[in-house]
Amino acid sequence: MKILVITELRQGKWNNTSFETLVAAQQIAVTTSSTVSALVIGKGVAALAEELAAKNVAEVLLVEHDLLEAYTPDGYCVALKQVIESSKPELVLFPHTYQVRDFAPKLAAMLGKGMIGDCIGYRNEGGKLVFVRQMFQGKTAADVTFAGVAPWFASFQSGAFRSDLLAAHPSGKAAVNKVAVTLNAAQIRTKPLELFKEAKSAVDLTQAPLIVAIGRGIKAPENIPLAQALAKAIGGEIAASRPICDEGWLPMERQIGSSGQTVAPKLYLALGISGAIQHVVGMKGARTIVAINKDANAPIFEIADYGVVGDIFEIMPALTEELQKTKS
Amino acid sequence: MNIIVCIKQVPAKDAPLAIAGNWIKESDIGFEMNEPDSFALEEALRLKEKHGGEVIALSMGPERVKQTIKEALAKGADRAIHIADDNFAQLDPLGSARALAAAIQKEKVDLVLTGLQSDDHGFGQTGVLLAGLLNLPHATIIMQIEVADGKMRLKRELEAGWFQHIECPLPAVLSIQSGINKVRYATLKGIMAAKKKEIATITRESLGVTGEATQKIEKIYVPTKTKRTEYLTGTPKEVAAKLVEKLKFEARVI
Ligand SMILES: Cc1cc2nc3c(=O)[nH]c(=O)nc-3n(C[C@H](O)[C@H](O)[C@H](O)COP(=O)(O)OP(=O)(O)OC[C@H]3O[C@@H](n4cnc5c(N)ncnc54)[C@H](O)[C@@H]3O)c2cc1C
Ligand SMILES: Nc1ncnc2c1ncn2[C@@H]1O[C@H](COP(=O)(O)O)[C@@H](O)[C@H]1O
Repeated sequence: MKILVITELRQGKWNNTSFETLVAAQQIAVTTSSTVSALVIGKGVAALAEELAAKNVAEVLLVEHDLLEAYTPDGYCVALKQVIESSKPELVLFPHTYQVRDFAPKLAAMLGKGMIGDCIGYRNEGGKLVFVRQMFQGKTAADVTFAGVAPWFASFQSGAFRSDLLAAHPSGKAAVNKVAVTLNAAQIRTKPLELFKEAKSAVDLTQAPLIVAIGRGIKAPENIPLAQALAKAIGGEIAASRPICDEGWLPMERQIGSSGQTVAPKLYLALGISGAIQHVVGMKGARTIVAINKDANAPIFEIADYGVVGDIFEIMPALTEELQKTKS
Repeated sequence: MNIIVCIKQVPAKDAPLAIAGNWIKESDIGFEMNEPDSFALEEALRLKEKHGGEVIALSMGPERVKQTIKEALAKGADRAIHIADDNFAQLDPLGSARALAAAIQKEKVDLVLTGLQSDDHGFGQTGVLLAGLLNLPHATIIMQIEVADGKMRLKRELEAGWFQHIECPLPAVLSIQSGINKVRYATLKGIMAAKKKEIATITRESLGVTGEATQKIEKIYVPTKTKRTEYLTGTPKEVAAKLVEKLKFEARVI
């Protein structure tokens, strides 16, 4: 089988999840005796293609065009469809980034194919690849297989594979092959404008050693002082899941997760947070994770070192008191 | 501006899920409007209030989804289309999008809105697939829509706190992110008015969609734990004391 990995750049630099997906491809290739090709797309990205060629890949495909300088879903779909038709991979793998979510399902559909998105792993069951993804907001996992004939498309969630396991090329360098694509401006219907961040405040959660994070279990903004008191007692910063920031109960720079901050504190105390994957990718690097949740089946417990199944409104004040006691 | 909003009904957030093969047991649990879809509906209603036109709610699923359709009508959608299908949970993303696209094609619309992801299947694909099938431009993870001179200026969410502005012509398909607006509640007046609004029910078979499934969910299961979690039990006071002790002397993080 021929596996093609579509890598992603972010403002001219590697998006690290590209390498994670390349690791996934290398591992799948070993169990299925396949070859791995890696693709770089953009404008003026030849140097990055050369860099990729030093990894353990059979070849690097370099797709360059003036109209691919900035990402657009139309530009990527038109260009990558041509590449897939000419290079004929059986399995096309992507990192599950916001950009991939934006075009890959359509690219697959243009070829009459489907994509298994947001996978967290795979298994090779007697030659048949089984992809594992989450359903019901992480409360269940699902085994998903492809039906019909190749090419098949799948994307892997960030953190599903370790990029440091990326194998180098055994004998130096793979070939970099340029693939010409035809693309005209009229095919690109949306116009990407500037990238920006909203005004940033002084808090840098990435530097905070102790984080107390609240989720929808906090129920109402009136209850937030309870969590803030706990954060103060422990000497940590307060943070939150997305719904809390969406409601405006805490500012967005305190949001942890794929759209917000990625943190790796010594301690992450999750209060009333269910543990959806988009939240977990932002905090699973924490050294010690404590989860307090009234639902014993909440996915957050899968990654917790210490768990308390209970009501945060009972435990928060008790914990604050205990911390104050031990301090004095 | 005529807008179709795709609204999926999903198990309620706190519903206890009982697994049955590759789906869940649907009896005994509550259902609700998929969260990002309620934001998409709100956005559609606001666009209509500004620019005129009609808001059509479109939902595929078994009879139960009528309840969510009625909620959308009570909030202000003008009419609704129900694609009746007891087996919709077995469809792959492309199959599901093909059915929705076939229903959309029968209408004259300027904008199709979807949520960016469903809380049950969580494919995160439907909006993008609809754009492909309807041959319309699209954008996803949208946090702001401004319409002027027949085109839209959009704010698209990127990772790690970044955003991007995008210009997109109409008609188009947009996937809406949670938090784009503050959703309204249905008023009593709205609930009464909804009773007179039209819900056109069509079966999925009658749409004549063809095409084989591209993937199959073999089974679903409770995820296997990768970490050993130490559970602390007792009264809140006892739990607090144990936890502080663990964090101090075992994990040594405080
Ligand atoms: C593209 C995309 C990007 C996203 N980006 C992010 C992101 O950056 N960050 C993020 O957090 N999310 C993000 N999300 C949303 C994510 O999928 C979840 O919806 C969100 O994380 C859920 O937040 P939550 O855990 O607070 O709420 P819920 O999932 O509603 O969980 C609330 C939890 O509180 C518990 N609870 C309720 N009451 C109590 C009580 N009294 N005591 C104890 N426990 C209680 C419940 O059992 C439940 O587990 C994103 C989603 C998408 C699709
Ligand atoms: N059965 C359905 N009926 C109506 N809308 C749907 C249906 N399935 C998916 N959608 C829409 O597509 C979005 C994304 O769903 P998904 O691709 O399953 O994550 C949802 O938020 C809905 O707006």
